[in-house]
Amino acid sequence: MTVPGRSSTEDLLRELAPRVLAVVARKYRDFDSAEDAVQEALLAAAEQWPTEGVPDSPEAWLVTAASRRLINIWRSDTARRRREELSGLMDPGTAPAADDPVPDRDDTLRLLFLCCHPVLTASSAIALTLRAVGGLTTAEIAAAFLVPEATMAQRISRAKQRIHTSGVPFQLPSQENWRERLGAVLHVLYLVFNEGYASSSGGELIRTDLSREAIRLGREVHRLRPDEPEVAGLLALMLLTDARRQARMGPHGELIPLDRQDRGRWDQAAIAEGVELVSRTLRLGSVGPYQLQAAIAAVHDEAARAEETDWPQILALYGVLERVQANPMVTLNRAVALAMVDGPRAGLDLLSTLDSSIGRHYRLAAVRGYLLEMAGDRAAAVAHLRTAAAGTGSKAEQRYLLTEIGRLAAQ
Amino acid sequence: MKYMLMMHTGRDAAGGIMDWAPEDIKRHIEFQHTFDQELRDRGEMVFNDGLTWPDQARIVRSDGTGAPAVTDGPFAESKEFLIGFWIVDVDSPERAYEIAGKASAAPGPGGAPLGIPIEVRPIGVAPSGDL
Repeated sequence: MTVPGRSSTEDLLRELAPRVLAVVARKYRDFDSAEDAVQEALLAAAEQWPTEGVPDSPEAWLVTAASRRLINIWRSDTARRRREELSGLMDPGTAPAADDPVPDRDDTLRLLFLCCHPVLTASSAIALTLRAVGGLTTAEIAAAFLVPEATMAQRISRAKQRIHTSGVPFQLPSQENWRERLGAVLHVLYLVFNEGYASSSGGELIRTDLSREAIRLGREVHRLRPDEPEVAGLLALMLLTDARRQARMGPHGELIPLDRQDRGRWDQAAIAEGVELVSRTLRLGSVGPYQLQAAIAAVHDEAARAEETDWPQILALYGVLERVQANPMVTLNRAVALAMVDGPRAGLDLLSTLDSSIGRHYRLAAVRGYLLEMAGDRAAAVAHLRTAAAGTGSKAEQRYLLTEIGRLAAQ
Repeated sequence: MKYMLMMHTGRDAAGGIMDWAPEDIKRHIEFQHTFDQELRDRGEMVFNDGLTWPDQARIVRSDGTGAPAVTDGPFAESKEFLIGFWIVDVDSPERAYEIAGKASAAPGPGGAPLGIPIEVRPIGVAPSGDL
């Protein structure tokens, strides 16, 4: 969030929201109602604290307020009350005291694992994570994804229902599921980041800053699990990519490719942090796809001018990435690096191995056009760029490719 | 992923529903209400609307000089025209096709599925990465 002058109360509430939710959800074993209750408590705090002052123990205040509201939610839900009375959970004597939140460093992680559980679709997991862990309001999330608030509210509500009916427990995954479930969490954060990063090219200036939110959550997970190399890798990748944000589009929202960006506009602090993070992590020896992508981004970011890019190193890194995570898109990128090292014909030869897998993908045509231009075959380059321009679903990318065709034709 | 689902209807069929039996019209309208509500309940609806009959449409053309020409539309030569649309936000193209399939099978006279063609197009796609 980059709204200028955001009050300190809001900052504090966003920070406390997931911790309070985690405590309440754990205590009452009802994530669905706990989420509603915490939202109400946060609203109350946002109204009261700026005038009445922040309580001595804001977290305890919120836990108490949310617990009261949760009991009210239960009371107003007749069917639930009947069930809870039967199970004895509603008995005030057995409910834990609300004013003694037990701080647990893993609470935020539990919450993330719950919100990013594989029973949820990607869009549901994203929405729920941003609200429950990110502390964004439904209206903010709806605005960020350009859908009506009612639509987003339904999506969140269905996600909570799905968690409820699937009986997903509020606990950290077991050792054997750990890697897979952590992968799901990182994937959700990556999707949030990309949504913000990619859409920023559309000139949507009022959208909630999803990239910064993803980075914030990434930092939090990294703080909680500093020894997880892929968490550090993802955080570094996000920092190193986001560092180029200001330079990647022109005044009219037009895309500017990496080699033509004004590198003076890159965020050097983010680059330094990302580079340090990925270098330290790679030394640990457990190399994964996020770390490798971060390492590639770091090589680009460390070149003061495009011509100084260490392409042999990028080529080597794509080679390792291809072994760790074989995928035609990785090969496509490796072909560009290969062309920069061994010349365009070598890159074009590698591209021809992709015709059977992604032959119809516009990106293959775009890269082929780019390498053909390098090889001096302007007519063929234009033909492939035309195919690419017709094939992309992105207006911004289409405009870019059409501009490239115009540039080539004018030469 | 957002998709625009466009419902087209044939020129001859355009006035069709106006001539249906009342119970057929009722069934059809109820179907549309339920269909839209389900999309809202699932958190997939971004926007939807129906369009007026083509006799309300005007085609505007301009050669860049002077006032644009406004004529009756849609194009006389087109056999089909847009009658309604949905913008949905879904997890996969398959889900968009599933929704379109349901819309296509809206009940017509006697409750028989109409099989209306629904055009599905992705919209608002972001660039796929750094160029």
